[in-house]
Amino acid sequence: MAQMTMIQAITDALRTELRNDENVLVFGEDIGVNGGVFRATEGLQKEFGEDRVFDTPLAESGIGGLSIGLATQGFRPVPEIQFFGFIYEVMDSVNGQMARWRYRSGNTKHAPITIRSPFGGGVHTPELHGDSLEGLMAQQPGLKVVIPSTPYEAKGLLISAIRDNDPVIFLEHMKLYRSFRQEVPEEEYTIPLGEADIKREGTDLTIVTYGAMVHESLKAAEELEKEGHSVEVIDLRTISPIDVDTIIASVEKTNRAIVVQEAQKQAGVAANVVSEITERAILSLEAPVLRVTAPDTVFPFSQAEAVWLPNYKDIKETAKKVLDF
Amino acid sequence: MASKKAQFDAEKTLEKIESQFEMVQVLNEKGEVVNNDLMPELSDEQLVELMRRMVYTRILDQRSISLNRQGRLGFYAPTAGQEASQIASHFALEKDDYVLPGYRDVPQIIWHGLPLYKAFLFSRGHFVGNQMPEGVNATSPQIIIGAQYVQAAGVALGMKKRNKKSVAVTYTGDGGTSQGDFYEGINFAGAYGAPAIFIVQNNQYAISTPREVQTAAKTLAQKAVAVGIPGVLVDGMDPLAVYSVVKEARERAVTGGGPTLIEAVCYRYGPHTMAGDDPTRYRTSDTDSEWEKKDPLVRFRNYLVEKGVWDEEQENKVIDQAKEEIKEAIKKADETPKQKVTDLISNMFEELPRNLEEQYEIYKEKESK
Repeated sequence: MAQMTMIQAITDALRTELRNDENVLVFGEDIGVNGGVFRATEGLQKEFGEDRVFDTPLAESGIGGLSIGLATQGFRPVPEIQFFGFIYEVMDSVNGQMARWRYRSGNTKHAPITIRSPFGGGVHTPELHGDSLEGLMAQQPGLKVVIPSTPYEAKGLLISAIRDNDPVIFLEHMKLYRSFRQEVPEEEYTIPLGEADIKREGTDLTIVTYGAMVHESLKAAEELEKEGHSVEVIDLRTISPIDVDTIIASVEKTNRAIVVQEAQKQAGVAANVVSEITERAILSLEAPVLRVTAPDTVFPFSQAEAVWLPNYKDIKETAKKVLDF
Repeated sequence: MASKKAQFDAEKTLEKIESQFEMVQVLNEKGEVVNNDLMPELSDEQLVELMRRMVYTRILDQRSISLNRQGRLGFYAPTAGQEASQIASHFALEKDDYVLPGYRDVPQIIWHGLPLYKAFLFSRGHFVGNQMPEGVNATSPQIIIGAQYVQAAGVALGMKKRNKKSVAVTYTGDGGTSQGDFYEGINFAGAYGAPAIFIVQNNQYAISTPREVQTAAKTLAQKAVAVGIPGVLVDGMDPLAVYSVVKEARERAVTGGGPTLIEAVCYRYGPHTMAGDDPTRYRTSDTDSEWEKKDPLVRFRNYLVEKGVWDEEQENKVIDQAKEEIKEAIKKADETPKQKVTDLISNMFEELPRNLEEQYEIYKEKESK
């Protein structure tokens, strides 16, 4: 076991899979000799060579096409999109092409591609770096979308994502890259995609969340505990497909739920979680399922992040509304 | 005061670039050899086979249009006029080469090994039409114009990494050269020295938009300059010229020389697609008849007849064979079981996620009734 930050756990997962499978290729803008703009691929080109870990021209769409083409030759591409706000450049390659690759070929071809990309607010990035665009990807059949919230999960989920034989979008929250360390096993291990994790058990209210909001929710839960409320916090980990079973089991126990996301109210996946709960567990509900989200504006200018991004106070406030309904 | 001397002669710069792209031609409109130096080394049998495939493809186009009008085919993009650019370019490839066709490039993947009935199922909209047989190195026709170009760069880089002696070949039209993916595809392949052949079939129109509206560039081949790879302009109505330049590009690619961009200047005699496009709205009959004189079948037929290796009887035999095989293929397409939602669900992932597992059960129940 070693104490690792999330970024170190990600590098460790990439190293593990580069060692395990000679078909794994890691590429993107500045991920080679530079080791990535966040050092996620630090030392990998030195260890595995320029044939396995390499830089690309500055063109996201080209990177997407390159990944699909390499997959036809039996490779297992792990491309990086430098910031997820740049996904618009490569929406066709991802949503229009690789997500459909198996289906359109009648299951005769597949695209074992894992796209890694940082996102998320709270670190004062310039425009179109911090946007939460996971909702766009979650709406595309053929993709899985994974968002880890801890170093331990980042490693296990990334290894699973790389080994998955269908495309996976692996979104890494920038604020979580180095915000804390955690014990991470040095050996390889996997965490199944599509399974949520109960981060805290409780009996009065369920909070369904993911990404940086997991930590805000845990903080809110601690404070609510002091006020006599027992709160269960579910970290979705995979936001497409959603682990409906874990959510429903929790709501049937607590009879109250809120959904927390960093994305704007009209974005993200909170609306989908609410729909699943009302379709499957309405008779268990003592109150409506409310959402904690960002306002429906464009992602804030960096100085306005603090007033715009949802935090534990917003979560506490909404939780109380549901508890007191 | 001395007058200011221009440092940069814009017209001369353009002329310099444009003069690098002269039209490669081997056969003129009458089928006479005008450039013996470029005459490809093809045996009589190969020449006859190339003619056979071109005639077959012309019949396939005629029958496809007719079957479409009868409602027995769906989406269809006519190919008549492009036999030299499509079939002669494919004739220069090997089985190990990987073809990434556009939506009009169905003939190339048929000759690469896609069974005819599957090509018809693609037209109708059935997943079996997209199931390439094992060992047929091709994707299904790409509908998103330009996407096949960035993907081809990846296929070619993959081949280079695997040390294969093969190439990735992809096709787009004149309109497609305006896309970002067109540029990114040729640029990536150039930057990686990847074995790719990028073919632009300049058939003069992107639906109703003439070639001149796409770009001020005098040729499309010169777009290769932007990425530092060779560009070739070829008479796309001349099968021997097309074969010759593709063969050369292939040789260069498999020996580590990197990609080539080829502009084949050709013409589609029919509409853009059979989905209601009417070319009389934007083309004159004068232009049509001008291009009909350049028909690749006419000039190649003249050449082969003159050479004494082709006659009317052979041609009629090919026509009869094509019609017979088309009839059988349509029958086989008719006999293909209808698609069920459970089939579509099963083709989504290797392992179904729980939402699809649930929906699979719901549709299985519906289908059992």
